[in-house]
Amino acid sequence: MRYLADAAALARKDLLLELRGRETLPSMLLFVIAMLVAFRFALTDEGAEAADGLLWVAIVFTALLGLGRAFVAEREQGLLDGLVLAPCDRSAIWLGKLLATLAFLVAAEVIALPAFALFFDSLLDGGTLLAVLLADIGICAVGTLLAAMAVAGRARELLLPLLFLPLAIPIVVGGVGATVAADPGRYLGFLALYDIIFAILAWGTFEYVVTE
Amino acid sequence: MLLGGGVALAFLWAPEDGDQGISQRIFYIHVPVALTAYACFGWGAWKALRHLWTREERYDLESYTAIHQGTIFGLLTLVTGSIWARASWGVWWTWGERQLVLFLILFLFYSAYFMLRYSVDEGPGRANLSAVYALFGVALIPVSFLAIRLAEGFIHPTVFTRDGPQMTGTMFTAFLVCLAGVLALAAALYTNELTGKRLDGRLRELRELLS
Repeated sequence: MRYLADAAALARKDLLLELRGRETLPSMLLFVIAMLVAFRFALTDEGAEAADGLLWVAIVFTALLGLGRAFVAEREQGLLDGLVLAPCDRSAIWLGKLLATLAFLVAAEVIALPAFALFFDSLLDGGTLLAVLLADIGICAVGTLLAAMAVAGRARELLLPLLFLPLAIPIVVGGVGATVAADPGRYLGFLALYDIIFAILAWGTFEYVVTE
Repeated sequence: MLLGGGVALAFLWAPEDGDQGISQRIFYIHVPVALTAYACFGWGAWKALRHLWTREERYDLESYTAIHQGTIFGLLTLVTGSIWARASWGVWWTWGERQLVLFLILFLFYSAYFMLRYSVDEGPGRANLSAVYALFGVALIPVSFLAIRLAEGFIHPTVFTRDGPQMTGTMFTAFLVCLAGVLALAAALYTNELTGKRLDGRLRELRELLS
């Protein structure tokens, strides 16, 4: 229980910071809407079927934007060392950050998905929404760990997309499959499997990323 | 030596494939190289795990060297696979060949591994980051493989069957000799690079002591 309370406290801290500063969420929203508009003009009329796939590209890139900001506050003020020294399990830091980035991403999608349906005249069914949710969990679980890795490097803004995109390819496959297939069951199962494997891996290894 | 023998066997002894003729012989290089790349990645991840477990510095170097070898062999797989695809299907690249697509993803992933390593300052922190990323790599291999199979549900490639006729006894022997040869080559390169890197590190230490 303590563990969860620690993680919740850390997530709350990030959400409060965001409420006061309003830096990440507005930029994510603007970015995703602008991207959808650009995509609309990238498609010819024959290519309109490709829109379902582009939705997933938009989600991954929006998440990348948010993840790039995830550890900025910690780095600028040297907070990460303090957090590591705090008397809580280190993986609670990961869980707290995961919850905060997940909240941002879901909030951005609450606007972006209706906008997508409006712009591309497509109906989003329950399977797609469930796939988006599962993909968000996977993206944030892997992304939070990689973001913590990337802030240790010199070219951190460059590094995160490089580290993240190869790992995001299976998510795009699962997501697009769940959107276009008549029976999304196995794609949803695959996304859930991805979440479980990588969440356990990230949870177990986060401690080594932030300590020496 | 073993590799040379394997190549000779592959060209002279093994019977020609009825459908594909001479181009089929690249099989004896392509598949062993691919298997060797997997072995290197697995070995690198195992050393990474050992590093996180024991925190011994030498495992970091060993893990890095193994992944370096794996990436080289992975690139070789892409090249030979592409040549094979050109020879037998007339295209340089096909999204229908699962192994090739998987190796492309892995190649991107492990290239990022090197970017990570070169952008972080040397020390225990870097060793930990590399080890964690290497572990993600072995988890990515089966997950990507599954993803590529699932993607065939909506990308609809033309399905090619790799080995229509089963391998005959001589073909299989030649294949095994080639596999052993490539594995031996990888092991030799691995020890060679490792000795070089260790010597390099030792030299740097001595130089620092002197100055």
